[in-house]
Amino acid sequence: MSTVKMHLLVCGGTGCVSSYSPQVAESLIKELEAHGLQDECKVVKTGCFGFCEQGPIVKVIPDNTFYTKVAPEDAKEIIEEHIIKGRKVDRLLYTDPKKQEHVPDSKHMEFYKKQIRIALRNCGFIDPENIEEAIARDAYSALGKCLTELTPQEVIDIIKKSGLRGRGGGGFPTGIKWEIAAKNASDQKYVVCNADEGDPGAFMDRSVLEGDPHSVLEAMAICGYCIGANKGLIYIRAEYPLAIKRLKIAIKQAMEYGVLGDDIFGTGFSFHIELRYGAGAFVCGEETALIHSMEGQRGEPTVKPPFPAEAGYLGKPTNVNNVETFANVPPIILKGAEWFSSIGTERSKGTKVFALAGKINNVGLIEVPMGITLREVIFEIGGGIKNGKKFKAVQTGGPSGGCLTETHLDTPIDFDNLLAAGSMMGSGGMIVMDEDDCMVSIAKFFLEFTVEESCGKCSPCRIGNKRLYEILDKITQGKGTMEDLELLRNLSEVIKDTSLCGLGQSSPNPVLSTLTNFWDEYVEHVTEKKCRAGQCTALKKYIIDEEACVGCTACARACPVNAISGERKMPHNINQDICIKCGACYEKCKFNAIFIK
Amino acid sequence: MNKIKNLDDLRKMKQDLQNKIKLRERGDSPEAIVQIKVGMATSGIASGAKEVMNYLIEELEKRNIDAVVTQVGDMGYCYAEPTIEVTLPGKEPVVFGYVNIAKADEIIEKYIKNGELVEGILPANYQSID
Repeated sequence: MSTVKMHLLVCGGTGCVSSYSPQVAESLIKELEAHGLQDECKVVKTGCFGFCEQGPIVKVIPDNTFYTKVAPEDAKEIIEEHIIKGRKVDRLLYTDPKKQEHVPDSKHMEFYKKQIRIALRNCGFIDPENIEEAIARDAYSALGKCLTELTPQEVIDIIKKSGLRGRGGGGFPTGIKWEIAAKNASDQKYVVCNADEGDPGAFMDRSVLEGDPHSVLEAMAICGYCIGANKGLIYIRAEYPLAIKRLKIAIKQAMEYGVLGDDIFGTGFSFHIELRYGAGAFVCGEETALIHSMEGQRGEPTVKPPFPAEAGYLGKPTNVNNVETFANVPPIILKGAEWFSSIGTERSKGTKVFALAGKINNVGLIEVPMGITLREVIFEIGGGIKNGKKFKAVQTGGPSGGCLTETHLDTPIDFDNLLAAGSMMGSGGMIVMDEDDCMVSIAKFFLEFTVEESCGKCSPCRIGNKRLYEILDKITQGKGTMEDLELLRNLSEVIKDTSLCGLGQSSPNPVLSTLTNFWDEYVEHVTEKKCRAGQCTALKKYIIDEEACVGCTACARACPVNAISGERKMPHNINQDICIKCGACYEKCKFNAIFIK
Repeated sequence: MNKIKNLDDLRKMKQDLQNKIKLRERGDSPEAIVQIKVGMATSGIASGAKEVMNYLIEELEKRNIDAVVTQVGDMGYCYAEPTIEVTLPGKEPVVFGYVNIAKADEIIEKYIKNGELVEGILPANYQSID
């Protein structure tokens, strides 16, 4: 065995590196060598601790001491006091902001309680292709409890009391949804799981299905028991081959083990689950369109009422819930409604899974209690903005959501607050943008998506969104007028009010929220023909700084349209009328003599 | 495998399985098995988790190390895929990020054989419910 007894973990995340963690590591190593301890104690660089604000971080293993804001000069004290004499260096310990006390080790830090995994409880923990590991982690115990100890109404009451709301975006109370479906009498009912995750950049549902398929199967059976259905259907997009494969394995194993199928646990209750594949149309995430697609018809929404709970799949009462909603059900049954409702805010209970994407350091999947602030999510868990850039906005709710700005950073995240701020929870995609992102282009990007995905059934959505897109495109080309901005707003309102389904009713959100929060940027595009982020190619101007240009001719030779002229060893000049703004000259120039205006 | 006929069957089965897993995790078993979990969700596989998993299984076999390599779902560290979690007998689990074949080799040689930590550790920053 090796002689290494202790480890010093030094954070190597971007945040800590910029506050000199490599130098800290270096001086720690030097100090260890000076004391001849290099064989007993090793310095190791790690990934981000998600604690960038307090960086650089040094953690000592095995005693889990957590030092913050460590400077290279502190190395000597850490080694001599802590490593040699076994006395922790008090002044470097993390101070609990609430109690104003030093926290000796990471296990006692509030910060690490920021993420609570309920829906993701088994993701990354069990082998998703082995039902035994799931059973060891309580899978199907909740179903057993429901079938043997509780009446359907009692189960519904637990769900109602827990305050669980639909995680697919709308936030409708799950218990009430179940109750309505339960009350509609019919010879046949259906439980449908909506796994048609279509928001760009969102992958929460996929991760749940890939990591813990049994929790969804179990919850569907519980729902079936509550509403009186014995058939479940999972509508999943065909672009998720791995999730489909794991679901198939899970269903097969559950049938073999008798936790799905006929006469489950000898109670006489039967439940069968089948898969239905979607072809990847965004609108099929809308429940009526989803049901039509499953019936083999065109994936188009229809007017509600009738709601699926009255007449859904094949005209029978149908309960549709999203993957994450289902994944929350078994823990609620096992741990009780009070436990669940103790987490979260007044009107939004429990946790929410978010997929962090965009200009953020820790791109990934997180699960946080409702009520956490955007600041905590982005700067603490997400590790802040990439390359030390400035935060500009965060887009939540995908193409149906809106952009929130710095002023919203301290708003607690829940269904109602996000709506009030002009965005929405949506399914949980979070795209972070920095100063290099142009908000007009972002709105245009989402509109492009909606135009592509609009099913075309109702005219406000089909025609209106297309017009919105065209106006936005005009603005990014530098041809917009102030009237266009007014038109954008009016048209958006009309589309919102008159569209048939959720897709059209929410598609102008990215436009409206950027108009509200980034009005200046729109005006700049229109009046000054300027894009401050430098994203709108048509508005860019490449200019040669005559002072800095040495006349090397590299740019002129790189220019594909011969827009650059000038004598050798003399300052060059770009003819703006010919320039196509490709940026080739900018890339080529070794003297930083070309700048973008 | 017996079919689960009633809730008691399930409970008993859970108990048995739990014990089995606990033994593995705590390393109380005489064999002292090393347990490795490989994050095999779409993001992991896309960045090469499958190759790493195969490599780990083959190499641990070759180097005569008693270990269980299991695939699991998404651990959430999508920026640092492939990720693996290694639990040595009697120790806390450690997660490593950006694990390629070379890293996997280093992990086997240094951490698994000698208990010496290597670079690329991802500090866990969440708590999970039981």
